[in-house]
Amino acid sequence: MFVQVNDVWKKYPGKWALQGVTFDVSKGKVLGVLGENGAGKSTLFRIIASVTRPSKGNIMVDGIPVGLETRKIVAFLPEINPFYGWMKVMEQFEFLAAFYEGWDMDKTRELLKFMDLPDNDKIGTLSRGQQAKLKMVFAFSWPAKLVLMDEPLGGIDPPARKKIINTFFHEFRFGEQTIIMSTHMVSEVEEFVEDVFYLKKGKIVLSGEADRLREEKGTSLVGIFEEIAG
Amino acid sequence: MAFLLDPTRPIYLQIMEEIKKRAVRGLYRPGEQLPSVRDMAKEMEVNPNTIARVYRELEQEGFIETRRGRGSFITEDSSRIEAERTKFGRDATQRFIRDITELDMTDKQIQDMLSLLKRSFSGADGKDKSTGEGTHNVCTGE
Repeated sequence: MFVQVNDVWKKYPGKWALQGVTFDVSKGKVLGVLGENGAGKSTLFRIIASVTRPSKGNIMVDGIPVGLETRKIVAFLPEINPFYGWMKVMEQFEFLAAFYEGWDMDKTRELLKFMDLPDNDKIGTLSRGQQAKLKMVFAFSWPAKLVLMDEPLGGIDPPARKKIINTFFHEFRFGEQTIIMSTHMVSEVEEFVEDVFYLKKGKIVLSGEADRLREEKGTSLVGIFEEIAG
Repeated sequence: MAFLLDPTRPIYLQIMEEIKKRAVRGLYRPGEQLPSVRDMAKEMEVNPNTIARVYRELEQEGFIETRRGRGSFITEDSSRIEAERTKFGRDATQRFIRDITELDMTDKQIQDMLSLLKRSFSGADGKDKSTGEGTHNVCTGE
C-alpha cells in the first residue's frame, strides 16, 4: 500500500477533528475524500503532508513514516493559497524548484502558458481561479509521487475549472502518481475518483470503489452521499 | 461531446459499451488501433485509470487485443463484433417491448407505428446502411 493511514486521531482545543481514521491507498489510485466543511478533511490532508502531527496514530507514505523524508515526494495543495503574495509567479516557482528534486522548469513554463497565467505578476494580485491554477502548476512541474489536493476546484468559475481538469488529464502520470483529492461538492469529482470515502465529524462513514458503490446502490456518488449527509 | 456519462451507473461499464457500440457502428473497424489510454481518457473526460481498466476488461472478454508497447486493437474477429450487435439489438428490442406492452397497443398499431417511424428516421439522418466508410470522424474531445 502506497499510503497507509492507521487509526489517526487529532484533537484541537475542545474538539476531536479526527476520530480513528484508517484507510489505505494503493499506488496509482485517485482517491476522493468527501465530506462537508468541518468534517476533518483539511486536518487529514495536513497530517498526511506532515504539516501537522496527529494526536495519535501513524501514517506511512511509500513505506516511510511521514516527516521530512516524505515531504520530498508529496505535493501538498492546501485549500488556502500556499504561495508568497509578494513574489512574482516565476520567482515563486524558481524558489520552489530548489526544494523539489526533478523539478522541470520547461514544464512549469508550458503549464503557465497553457493556463493563461501571467508569469511576471505578483501572486497577491491574482484572482482566486488563477491561484487555484498555480497550485496545479506546482503539482505537475515535478514528479511528485503523491499529490494531495484539498478542494482543488473550490470556488472556481467553469472556464478555469475546465482548464484545471484538462491539466489533470494531460499531466497525471497514471500508474506512477497517487492522488488524494477532497471536496465538499461530490459532483465536482464524480467522474475522476476511483475510490472514495465519506468523512463525517472526523470519522469515515462509508468507503469503497466508486463504480462498485454505483452498482450496489444503483445511483450516483452524489445520490449516495446526499443520503449520508442528510 | 458525443458521449455523456450516466453517473448512476458504473463508469467503466458505460465506456466498455461505448467502445463496443463504436465497433458495431463501424467507427472502429476490426483490427483498428484504439486511442492510447491517455487520449481516450481525455476524450471521455474520465480518469486514465478507468480507461486502463476498460481496456483490461475488454481484453479479457476478447473484444480487444493489447500488444505490449504497440497499443490496443479491436479484435480482427468480425463475428465477435456481430455478436455485440446482436446483444445490443436484443437489449434495445427488450426495452421497446417492455415499454410498448405497457401501452396496451394492438400488433397492427405497433406495426404501423414502426413503419411510420422507420421512414421518418431514415429520412432524417440520410443514411440507412452505413458501411462505416467516411463516418470515421471520431470525436476528439475538443
